[in-house]
Amino acid sequence: MSAAEDAARRTSDRNGWLLSTPALVLLTLAAAGPLLIVVVYSFLSPGEYGNVVWNFNLDGWRGILFSRDVFDDTLVLADAHLTIFWRSVWLSILTTVITFAVGFPTAWFIATRPPRQRTLWLFLITIPFWTNLLIRTFAINEVIRNEGLLNTLLMRTGLIDTPLQIIYTDTAVLIGMTYVYLPLMVLPLFAAIDRFDMRLLEAGYDLYASRWNVLRRIILPIVKPGIIAGSILVFVPSLGAYVTPRILGGGKNMMIGNFIELQFGQGRNWPLGAALSVTLLVIVTVALLVYVRFANKDQGHG
Amino acid sequence: MADRSFSVARLPGFTTTAMIVFLALYLPILTLVFYSFNAGNSVAVWQGFSLDWYRRAWANDAVKDATLRSLIIAVFAAIIATTVATMAALGTTRRRAFKGQTFIYVMINQPLMVPEIVTAVALLIFFAQIKVFTGYTGLGYLIAAHSAFCVPFAYLPIRARLEGMDLSLETAAADLYASPWQTFRHVTLPLLLPGIIAGAMLAFVISLDDVVITEFVKSGGQDTLPTYMLGQLRRQLTPEINAISTGLLALTVLLLTAFFLLTRKQDA
Repeated sequence: MSAAEDAARRTSDRNGWLLSTPALVLLTLAAAGPLLIVVVYSFLSPGEYGNVVWNFNLDGWRGILFSRDVFDDTLVLADAHLTIFWRSVWLSILTTVITFAVGFPTAWFIATRPPRQRTLWLFLITIPFWTNLLIRTFAINEVIRNEGLLNTLLMRTGLIDTPLQIIYTDTAVLIGMTYVYLPLMVLPLFAAIDRFDMRLLEAGYDLYASRWNVLRRIILPIVKPGIIAGSILVFVPSLGAYVTPRILGGGKNMMIGNFIELQFGQGRNWPLGAALSVTLLVIVTVALLVYVRFANKDQGHG
Repeated sequence: MADRSFSVARLPGFTTTAMIVFLALYLPILTLVFYSFNAGNSVAVWQGFSLDWYRRAWANDAVKDATLRSLIIAVFAAIIATTVATMAALGTTRRRAFKGQTFIYVMINQPLMVPEIVTAVALLIFFAQIKVFTGYTGLGYLIAAHSAFCVPFAYLPIRARLEGMDLSLETAAADLYASPWQTFRHVTLPLLLPGIIAGAMLAFVISLDDVVITEFVKSGGQDTLPTYMLGQLRRQLTPEINAISTGLLALTVLLLTAFFLLTRKQDA
């Protein structure tokens, strides 16, 4: 390599960094940097009126799983906290499974339309995707609450006498999350199915495979990257959901997101809130790393 | 059925499921829109058509303030995010891969990966310190936070546009003795413009829609339209909230349609 080429490359690299600097500064100050402060806060003591006192303390981390007994000050497993974790994980898994079960046929339907129609159906999935999450949660709220559309209809037709209590239950949160996160499952599935070579199906049927076998042994393995991407896109925001459980779950059916907020509000335990935030972040990061590994492995085979 | 040939792509029950999914997606939203025109004060019992709730929302000062604040924040956030995202896109595409490029990608896409509630909490802590330190409590915090999480949304369409662009026009300009700045100003920028507009519109919509981060970062009396609506949900529901939602929805659909038309032209 000549000296001139070398210099040109170095200039190119430097320009790359220089042009990216404003974005990096903005993201460091107002997104990534403050995350480090959260880590520091998780090791401090709670202040009396919120905020923290600068004393090193592991109580924030202990508080995730344990609480101090009021009488003898011993550590006991905090059942209420475990319930919240369990609910968050379980509802997020269920949301992922249900969105896949109904999202896969939907994505398949869109991908097998003629090109012109396909754009329209895709646009119909994209609109809810970009519509304010609050509005969509609110729309579902109006359908399922006690004086809502569903109960009004059922009572008018005489099918039930008292309204079905759906709102403020785990079921309501599950319905809401499935509703708001469904487009996040359909879009990557569509992208994967769109690239799928339909001639493989002909080959399968020619070799006397049943529909079920074609689905299980040909389609699903090939669109696997789309399935993994969709699952991550649904699971991660479900786990950190705040708005949907707050509106549909009421005060009792909290998820991790609401539990974190509680520590910064009425709970006045910022270190615990910080420790919970770091925990959530770690879980999400692990999920993303697993995804990257899977995605790379699939590329290697393809 | 007999005259239709066997289609390999057909799987039993899939079309039905898809139809149910589309119905389930749109029915709640359409219901919400429908009852915003209700004459009565119920969000479930129809009592005749009226535009009353739109008039009431329009006359409500809290709604007006929140709308104005939302728009101010979204405009500033979109401009800032699009500017830095355009520069970053120019810096990270169409050149030899350089050391640290992955780091830049991760940083830019970081808001897409970190749960919103965690960023919200982090900003609450960080900005609380700065507020004590500087005494400034204005809209700047919200604008900074919104600008940051809008960057990846602005970056992606701009980068996609840049990667699809033909380098030969710029080479031709350079051959004709255009300075690098002239080349950028008269060749690159006009070609890139659809991508930049698309990115700015996505950033605008994302900023306008934000609830969680705004709820944590805002100071007292700094409600945006979404946080105002979140607060109202605790009270008695009236179709006024439907009217506000419908307005916001209409704006989103309008911007998205424009976005689709813009990016479609780019393909042709």
